[in-house]
Amino acid sequence: MMIDRQARKLLFETVAQRVIASADELTDLDRAIGDGDHGANMRRGFEAVLAAVDELAAKDLGESLKGVGTTLVMKVGGASGPLYGTLFMSLGKSLHDEVSCDQAADAFATAIEAVKARGKSDVGQKTMLDVLFPVLAVLREGGAGLPVRLKETARAAAQKTIPMRAIRGRASFLGERSVGHMDPGARSSALIVDAVADVMEGLA
Amino acid sequence: MSENVGIVIVSHSADVARGTALMVEQMVGHEVPLGWCGGDPGGGLGTSVEAIMAAIDRAWSESGVAILVDLGGAETNSEMAIEMLPESRRGRVVVCNAPVVEGAVMAATEAASGATLEAVRRTAEELTPV
Repeated sequence: MMIDRQARKLLFETVAQRVIASADELTDLDRAIGDGDHGANMRRGFEAVLAAVDELAAKDLGESLKGVGTTLVMKVGGASGPLYGTLFMSLGKSLHDEVSCDQAADAFATAIEAVKARGKSDVGQKTMLDVLFPVLAVLREGGAGLPVRLKETARAAAQKTIPMRAIRGRASFLGERSVGHMDPGARSSALIVDAVADVMEGLA
Repeated sequence: MSENVGIVIVSHSADVARGTALMVEQMVGHEVPLGWCGGDPGGGLGTSVEAIMAAIDRAWSESGVAILVDLGGAETNSEMAIEMLPESRRGRVVVCNAPVVEGAVMAATEAASGATLEAVRRTAEELTPV
């Protein structure tokens, strides 16, 4: 799949608009088990991405992804800034404009490892990783109807964080009380996967 | 004589960061290069990588800089800020696993005696229960 300038712009705009549109929902989730700033932080970060989208999309895919990552690092403010920033920056290091499914999976795997290291976290700890890892597994499979399967996987994986007990991040202070709420980072990851998959579907 | 290690205070709240910095100054005066920041890029509670990088710059010492942080995001953002520093500085900045107020005061006291970065960090981290 060729991700040209127009596709890059559409991709970044779609992701940013979806996150911004769901900012209140993210804040509500975060208020239950965190400090209630995830929505506002993500909105600020992605508004900065939107404001610079033409400039970002003008660079090749690698450089533009790095640019999105740096913007998130600088503008988000919470721990999600470095986490999502690292994800995008790492993807930018491995990807070029022409992307095969295998290349995307390899780049995504490397990026998730970078997020793991940044957050000192792992699967099963009620974090964004609980969405990213199942999504990676589906991306690895590839095949027909991939965007739909990616979206379904991400949505289901975010739901699965509800009964989990948080071990990392602010929610871990709550211990057992974190059980019963969806992790806001898992939800924002699912939103982003959903947006990327929709753009993929349109481009295919 | 080499420079004293610098201390950076990173809190989610600018008031906490400033208050902690005042306490440090009361203990050690201006013998230790000091930087502090608090609040997210929008002015609310949170931390900002850009502000942390600027605070490291203000507290810069050739002997290194020890960062004291309050909650999770402050630590993650500080680690990110360190990675974004020029390579020549990156290896000389550490985040201490210690309570921010007590850690900053203890670290600064140690730094004022001319201790190494590793010794400053150890002193601050003695406050953390194992």
